[in-house]
Amino acid sequence: MWVYEKKLQYPVKVSSCNPQLAKFLVEQYGGADGELAAALRYLNQRYTIPDKVVGLLNDIGTEEFAHLEMIAAMIYKLTKDATPDQLKQAGLADHYVNHGEALFYSNAAEVPFTATYIQAKGDPIADLYEDIAAEEKARATYQWIIDMSDDVDLNDSLRFLREREIVHSQRFREAVEILKEERDRKKVF
Amino acid sequence: MAKNQVYTKSYHPYHSPDDPCPDPGEKHYSTPPHLYMGFQPEKLPQFSPKEALQKGTLWPALYDPYEKNQKLKG
Repeated sequence: MWVYEKKLQYPVKVSSCNPQLAKFLVEQYGGADGELAAALRYLNQRYTIPDKVVGLLNDIGTEEFAHLEMIAAMIYKLTKDATPDQLKQAGLADHYVNHGEALFYSNAAEVPFTATYIQAKGDPIADLYEDIAAEEKARATYQWIIDMSDDVDLNDSLRFLREREIVHSQRFREAVEILKEERDRKKVF
Repeated sequence: MAKNQVYTKSYHPYHSPDDPCPDPGEKHYSTPPHLYMGFQPEKLPQFSPKEALQKGTLWPALYDPYEKNQKLKG
């Protein structure tokens, strides 16, 4: 069960009318290394991982939904006042034809989200290594979006999200260390 | 590590005299501080709560502000 706080994890401000940025940001909304994929991946892995790291997956998976909500707010702000013509200019014509002004879980190339983006192998080390890779890929995606964006306020929020990927990666790496440390310990079953 | 240090590495890919575009020189890539940390040591310095909320981390040792086109500039 979750308790919802009716505010964003970090303020989202958009200073330029540039719907094209929304097209890029969708990658982090419904893309392979996006926030939706991250949240679903971690929360699902909780059930088949040693007790010691269940809480970590729970906390990070939950935070990913807070990030998803920030991305949604950015996309919404960038597109809500755009005319169909402006959306066309921004490369969002295909999106508009299918979804109107609605947001949708797809990547920047309009490929719809799929569960094949995530994995649950049931092997704690394999799963945590995937999680570490996912955090690094999301960090890189934020870098490339920042590179493409001239919006100072938007980049400020994106920089916050990128920093969170670093912290998450660090915690997943520590989780691997926690599970590895048993090596020299005699374990009697 | 120094404050505000940019965590990047660089390399220079081969550029052929026959390549049509000018040589952009060094390529840079991010190597954020967590890659070197292992288990986070205890009692590291912390940002103030307000600063931490703004930066996205409580720990200066994990802070890596990415600049636009850092990849190109290094």
